[in-house]
Formats: sequence, structure tokens, C-alpha cells
Amino acid sequence: MIHQYILNGYHIILDVNSGSIHVTDPLAYEAIRLIDAGKTPEEAGRELLAGFADRGVTEQEVQESLADVEELRRSGKLFSEETFADKAFDLKKRNTVIKALCLLVAHTCNLNCSYCFAAQGNFHGQHGLMSFETGKRALDFLVEHSGLRRNLEVDFFGGEPLMNFQVCKDLVAYARSIEKEKKKNFRFTLTTNGVGITDEVIEWANRECHNVVLSLDGRKEVNDRFRKDYAGNGSYDRIVPKFQEFVRRRGGQGYYMRGTFTHFNTDFTEDIFHMADDLGFAELSMEPVVADPDSPSALTREDLPVIFEQYEILARDMLRREREGKPITFYHYMLDLEHGPCIYKRISGCGSGTEYLAVTASGDLYPCHQFVNDPEYRMGDIWEGVTRTDLRDSFKLCNVYSRPECADCWAKLYCAGGCAANAYHATGDIHGTYETGCEIFKKRIECALMIKVAQAMEGRQEKES
Amino acid sequence: MKHIVTLDTRDMAKSAVNGGCGECQTSCQSACKTSCGVANQPCENKDAE
Repeated sequence: MIHQYILNGYHIILDVNSGSIHVTDPLAYEAIRLIDAGKTPEEAGRELLAGFADRGVTEQEVQESLADVEELRRSGKLFSEETFADKAFDLKKRNTVIKALCLLVAHTCNLNCSYCFAAQGNFHGQHGLMSFETGKRALDFLVEHSGLRRNLEVDFFGGEPLMNFQVCKDLVAYARSIEKEKKKNFRFTLTTNGVGITDEVIEWANRECHNVVLSLDGRKEVNDRFRKDYAGNGSYDRIVPKFQEFVRRRGGQGYYMRGTFTHFNTDFTEDIFHMADDLGFAELSMEPVVADPDSPSALTREDLPVIFEQYEILARDMLRREREGKPITFYHYMLDLEHGPCIYKRISGCGSGTEYLAVTASGDLYPCHQFVNDPEYRMGDIWEGVTRTDLRDSFKLCNVYSRPECADCWAKLYCAGGCAANAYHATGDIHGTYETGCEIFKKRIECALMIKVAQAMEGRQEKES
Repeated sequence: MKHIVTLDTRDMAKSAVNGGCGECQTSCQSACKTSCGVANQPCENKDAE
């Protein structure tokens, strides 16, 4: 299977199964399209000669382009075969090793954002804070179930985790006290709305947290539309200076400014550029809202063309910034083509319900933070462990090969089957597909690949000149 | 080749042989929390092909 598209003037071919990426001239691009459509080289040659006659293309050039295509096919970099499906189904038999926990240390929040999937932090349940004893048991549970995995990830999440800062600090101290003996390396992430950031928080997080995720939606009027306190006041003016200080003292690394865009700001590149140009942030993430389709903030099919254009604008602008020596990072455009994930990672799905679990303040286990307090998805608790092994088995097979819609999707080895929670909310089934999310994802990957292509081609031009 | 440039990419078939150590970050954990993808996850095994 291949995927071919033209973006920013580049003719791009992705060979799905090998992961190879090719940049072609228009002639080879059409040659590949014809061969992929089932034409013989002779038929393709005749069509190419006729189709490119007005551009002065010669018989020799046509034959050269067809020879290039054949060479790539023979080397397994074009029209390569699918050989991974059996491995995906073997995943059900794999040992269940847990390597990441999302700790909901606070089922409460000091903001009252109306679009919050966690229902202002209480996850449609009781408000509450995780005790140190519960958190400590969660860390022990993680160590006990992590097998030989060395790197263990723990995210302080909520609600707003800084409303339970002392427990966050105590849990990190506990983890540090056991990691050497247990031969583990804990990596902590803090996800915060910024209201509770203090000098002490900054000093602690910059020492202990591998990553911090700082929630800001962009322009003041956009941020303050949803991100308000309980008195109805927008949070922008309070949180932006704190975030700037936080990132400055962090050395500008190991963080994401994480925004949400909704139906009300489909021009979200303006928010990204505001955070970059006006506020000085360089590590950026902007996510489509997760909302009930009936919500006014939910993205619609009609929004998609606008959103696609925005992603293209962003990609082109990131290339410009890089050329000018002031690059920014966009989470979804970060691709490492040479040292990215292996095929096992690409076919095994996001890990929710298997190697990644969410722990509530009271110690209950859920497949991920988005299923919390849905009784059908309570998997057990940190004392008894996972008791709903049927759910775990179901999540083990939550990957591209369990979703019929993914079979013919060119992006399947980039997304691994997508988000189980989005699928569940959109279709009622974790093995379903959230089509709007798929369309957005594919556009992002096209843009991300284009950036890689542009960087490679500009690099070649520099070498040649 | 005159008409096609191929970027350097990780060979998926080789990664089926030497991949799967599982030390990488879970997909959702780092920044998005809403839209899973694996493409931007770096491999922790720097020696793997």
C-alpha cells in the first residue's frame, strides 16, 4: 500500500508497510500512480509519454522514471508487502507489563472550564484528594507489575494536581527512595492549569519532572472563553506570567504549552503563533476538543477544511521559522524517521488498559484518564490489581488490526489505531473509529512528513550549492 | 536515481527483528492526552535498527 500526495510543491510517496518516504518529480509521481493502479510498465510508459508530451518529456526520461520505480520495488521500499498482521494478534498473548500510570491526585479543580472532559475535575463523581498512602501503594503497584521495564512514567493529573501538591512532592520523594533498589527510573510529568504555580512548585518540578504540560489555549479571548474560575473570571492574566517564569527557569526544555481548540477557534494557528511570538514559548501542542457532538464547542465535519488549511499554514510557517533560526516544536509534527518507534510499538496501540492505567484518588484503576468513573470500565484497584481481565484483553486488541476501517488506511502505522476513548465516545465501542479524529490525524501526518521532506530537500540543495 | 529521492527511514522489517523492548513512553502520556498517535514517540533503544 502506498499513499501519495502533493503538498507545498513536493510530490510525496509514503510506502506504508516499509515506512519508506520518497520525493519524486511529477513524472515519477504519475508513474507510481499508474503502476499502483495496476498498469503494466508498458501501459504506464505509453500513458506517461502521452500525458507529459506538452512538457517535452522524452521516451528516455519515461523509461528512467519507470526504472527508478522498479528499483525501489525490488529493494522493498515501494509496494512492499504487509507482514505484520500476525504479530498484532500475538499481542493478545503478550505478558501484561504496566509501565505508566496517570495519577488523578486531585478530583477537583480551581478552574471551571466548561469544556473539561473530566467535568471540572471530579470526573462526574465525588470531589476528593489522593492520600499519600494511596499514591504510595499506586507506585508500589506499578513497580510490582512492571516486570523488567526500567523506565516507568507517572503523570500527576487531575483535576488540578497542584491542589494536592504536598502529596505530589511526597510521592516523588518516595519513588526516588526506592528506584535504585528496584532498578527503576521514574519519569514524572506534571499537567497543570497554572493557577497554583509558585516558586516552590517551579523549583520542585524543574528538579523532578521529566516533562511539564502547561494548559493554555492561546490568545487571551480564546483562553478565557472556557478557562475561567468559579467566579467567571478568565485565567489568562493570572497564568501566563507564571508559565513564562516556569519555562524560563526550566531552560526552555521539557515542557509543552498545551492548548485545546474548539469549533469557536478553528483558526488555531493564531493561538499557536500568539504563544510563540507574543509569549515566547517554543514547545507547543494544540489539540482538538473532546466533546459531545451536541456541544456547541464540538468540531463539525464542516470545520474540517478550515482545520486542514490551518495545519498546512502551521507546517509552512514552521519551515520558515527554522530557516530564520527561530524554530518552534509542534507536538504532532515531531517525527523521528530514523529512530522512531519500532513495528511492535506501531501495531500495539496506545497502551491504555494494558501498559498504561489511570488511578483515581481512591485507588481505583481505569484503562485511562478518559474512562474514569465509568463503572463499566473500572478494572480493579491498586490493592487487588486488575480484576477485569476481560477488559484488559479487549484493550490488548485495541489496535489497527482489530478495526476493519483501519485495514486500508495509509496512516495506520503512524496512529496505531487511535484513541480508544475517542472511539468509545463516538461509536460506543473501543474498537470503533472516530472518523473526524482520523481525518485530522491523517492531515497532521501529511504535514509532518512534508516538513521532513522539505528539510531533506533543502539540505540537499545546500550541499549541492 | 534521477527522478526519486528516498529519505532515510527506519526499516520496519528490521525493527520486527530487533524491536519491541518496550522501554518507550506510552503514547498518550506526554502531551496530548486526547489524540493518540505513535509516530512522534522516540525509540529508547538507540542501538536498534
